[in-house]
Amino acid sequence: MAALTPISRKPVSFYVPVVAAAGGIAGLFVGTAQGSGLLGIVIGAALLAVLAFAMTQMTDNEKPMRWGLMALFVLAGGLLAGPGGLILGLGFGWFFGWFTYWLYEGRYRAKLVPYLTPMQVLWHYTFRIICGAILVFLITPILVVMPLSFNAQDFFTFTPEMLRFDPAGYSLKHYRDFFTNDDWQQALRNSVMIAPVATLLSVSFGTLAAIGLSAEHVPFRRAIMAVLISPMIVPLIISAAGMYFFYSRIGLQGTYFGVVLAHAALGIPFVIITVTATLVGFDRSLTRASANMGADPVTTFFKVQMPLILPGVISGGLFAFITSFDEVVVVLFVGSAGQKTLPWQMFTGLREQISPTILAVATILVVISIGLLTTVELLRRRSERLRGMSPS
Amino acid sequence: MSELKGSGQQTADAPTPEDAFHETATLDSREQTHAPGAAPDGPVLAADGTPLKRSLARALRMQKIRALALIAPLLIFVLLTFIAPIASMLFRSVENEIVSDTLPETVVVLNDWDSAGGAPLPESLFEAFYVDLFLAQEQKLHTRLGTRLNYEQTGMSSLFRKSGRQVGKFDTDKYTDQFTALDASWEDPASWVAMMDNKSNRTALPFTARSWDRWVAYLNTEGDDPAKEDIEDFLFTTLYLDLAKTGGKGASDARITAAGSAVGDFETVSLAEQFADAEKDWADPEIWRVIQTFSPKFTSGYYLNAIDMQKTPDGIEKRPENQQIYLMLFKRTMFMSLVITFSCIMLGYPVAWILANLPSRTANLLMILVLLPFWTSLLVRTSAWKVMLQQQGVINDTLVWLGLVADDARLVMINNQFGTIVAMTHILLPFMILPLYSVMQTIPPTYLRAAKSLGATNWTAFWRVYFPQSVPGIGAGSVLVFILAIGYYITPEIVGGNTGTFISNRIAFHISSSLNWGLGAALGTILLAVVMLLYWVYDKIVGIDNVKLG
Repeated sequence: MAALTPISRKPVSFYVPVVAAAGGIAGLFVGTAQGSGLLGIVIGAALLAVLAFAMTQMTDNEKPMRWGLMALFVLAGGLLAGPGGLILGLGFGWFFGWFTYWLYEGRYRAKLVPYLTPMQVLWHYTFRIICGAILVFLITPILVVMPLSFNAQDFFTFTPEMLRFDPAGYSLKHYRDFFTNDDWQQALRNSVMIAPVATLLSVSFGTLAAIGLSAEHVPFRRAIMAVLISPMIVPLIISAAGMYFFYSRIGLQGTYFGVVLAHAALGIPFVIITVTATLVGFDRSLTRASANMGADPVTTFFKVQMPLILPGVISGGLFAFITSFDEVVVVLFVGSAGQKTLPWQMFTGLREQISPTILAVATILVVISIGLLTTVELLRRRSERLRGMSPS
Repeated sequence: MSELKGSGQQTADAPTPEDAFHETATLDSREQTHAPGAAPDGPVLAADGTPLKRSLARALRMQKIRALALIAPLLIFVLLTFIAPIASMLFRSVENEIVSDTLPETVVVLNDWDSAGGAPLPESLFEAFYVDLFLAQEQKLHTRLGTRLNYEQTGMSSLFRKSGRQVGKFDTDKYTDQFTALDASWEDPASWVAMMDNKSNRTALPFTARSWDRWVAYLNTEGDDPAKEDIEDFLFTTLYLDLAKTGGKGASDARITAAGSAVGDFETVSLAEQFADAEKDWADPEIWRVIQTFSPKFTSGYYLNAIDMQKTPDGIEKRPENQQIYLMLFKRTMFMSLVITFSCIMLGYPVAWILANLPSRTANLLMILVLLPFWTSLLVRTSAWKVMLQQQGVINDTLVWLGLVADDARLVMINNQFGTIVAMTHILLPFMILPLYSVMQTIPPTYLRAAKSLGATNWTAFWRVYFPQSVPGIGAGSVLVFILAIGYYITPEIVGGNTGTFISNRIAFHISSSLNWGLGAALGTILLAVVMLLYWVYDKIVGIDNVKLG
């Protein structure tokens, strides 16, 4: 896509109306905040049309014009809405400066193949905007939860103080509640006690089995695989119900051990999948070479095979960990009040007494997931490097 | 390290014992005789002198055993902690032992009662039921049975509860009085223990012996000594009934024979009347027909219930209109899962396309936006949607602020189907994007350009060239999303309200609140069957080995 397309300046009749339209949309927001949306649209459109025309026709010097526009917007923002307006003005100023010249100089075509028709160019950018909107949809909830967790009020919504970036609107009290409240602390302790043990169980059993499964001649491989993957496929509520009946019959219901076993079973598919995927690229002649040089199978496993598949094992373990750490349905049925985990506490919180502490916990969990995601991604790349594939 | 690319492929091509095995087979058939270390006309020999073929077969067998030995611990673990519970749930959906366990005598009499022919209720039925109910209420089992039968016929629960309270106050103490008047030693429990140890006594008094055994078993579970507990009225009743029938012939105990000749003059108590006095419903044959219908050890009743049918004494029929909810719930679950799958395709396709067509550096960055929600706790995402969608939530506030919606007419976007669909589409979207992305990565972009250079419009090129190649990705993603959606519980529970809940919420309700475990298990089994079918389809399309994470 690196085709070099010659770009040329566009006529006034093209870029001024487009910038005006964008100005109108921005004007709607500013106008609504100031009292009249309709007036905002008209003023915004007119203002931006004039500015765009003036900027491009007065001089060919782009940089000072854009800086000037930014300063103008920051000033206007500050006058209209205080400190919050400054930041907003900066954003608007930068965007409109960039947008005007992007259109005026025809830069929007620079990276596209030269033969596209205007409609195709329009579609190209519309499509990108659609994709952007979907990606925003994917992460909005997370973006909304994080700021709301610093809310000074017990509301689940943005207060006017927060929108004005008034420090009084923010506080850490929900975090304080999380770290001082006994219920939450007990839940955290339970989660931390259950998840690692369950992970250890699924990783140790799962890695062995994955090595067995990737041997060359395994009878009933498909059937065994189907059984081992099934905990991931069977709806959680069914697993939970079955385990509830069965574990209460053998006396494991409501015990720590029962919850750990249940979570280990749920984590196993993830270990199997990631470790078998790593083993696909494992060069089996290495084990033969090791045996040839006199190593026994245990030494071969720990010194040759394990270091190579370790990234897969660890990321499988992280998947198993997050499965157990996030799991609520099974623990709801198999556990009793003594095994109340963090997700369970959140679930009751969401269903019964709604408390914004949930949002603080949610933020902490998001941070943890970002950490885990980064680790898994780094491990994946390392594993691909080890296996001699170029990381993608 | 790129020169090492494709070492996996080399591994696959590396010689394996299996190849050697086939080679030996061909060598054998050609009767190769020049192999080193082999007798001139014998088979090829391995270093230790065994024929190479056999030695290889053994090596191969060892390899298989080793692989299975590695798998075995996990397989056993999964079978015990996961498959066995599922199997026990399947069993529970047909199991119905509670009736025959609690009312063993009654069930026997009911089996002979011709309910359809309109035969009158036999007195022996009430006699058997009297013993069963008395023992059941001592063990506090009658309320559980009442609850069980209440699923089939309302009113059963209170009928059993009330009768349980009254059964101890029946007029059967008349028998006790008459027997003790005859011989005071009848009151002595120790004498009963001795009497019931004797085989001929037991044969002479079969009903009494059976009831005595159940009584003793109950006392033992309570830790009481049967030789010290008072003899209850029901035992005298069974004694009277036995004696009235057999006269105590063959008993080795003289006391029994003496009583046997006296019982003819005893004042009798009609248990049918006693029951009718206590609760007049017992005189209604309908009640008995329900118990008769549900007396077998296994029942299809729960399954019929799960599809809005019911088992009545007159056969299988539909439930009353106002009680039909399960078919509607199944349909709704299916419908909403389809809508969610479809929304995921619509939203996931463009994103997967752009991820597959952008330069890999940018694509990796954007991929983080897809993977981040995938890694975020389900409850975090669900609570986020609760924050976003509620009436005082972020979206409504924004709309009101923009003046698109009046403050008193805020949109209802949560606790209904819309809320569930939005939240679940968001939660399951990564499961659609990832398989789509991995399929789209393999489609060469040159095909599209080739189509366009041959004169296809953008749309034709996409629809006729690109789309058909991406169908496997859509298939894989859709089945995965559908499987996951159909069994969802947490999200519908929190954002679904009444109209946006799934069948799984009903299953949870039956297991944790209404305690109708059989029905919960039957609903679960039906859901499981649907999921297993889809799992099989998924296996056919994608192969379970090809599931990728992240």
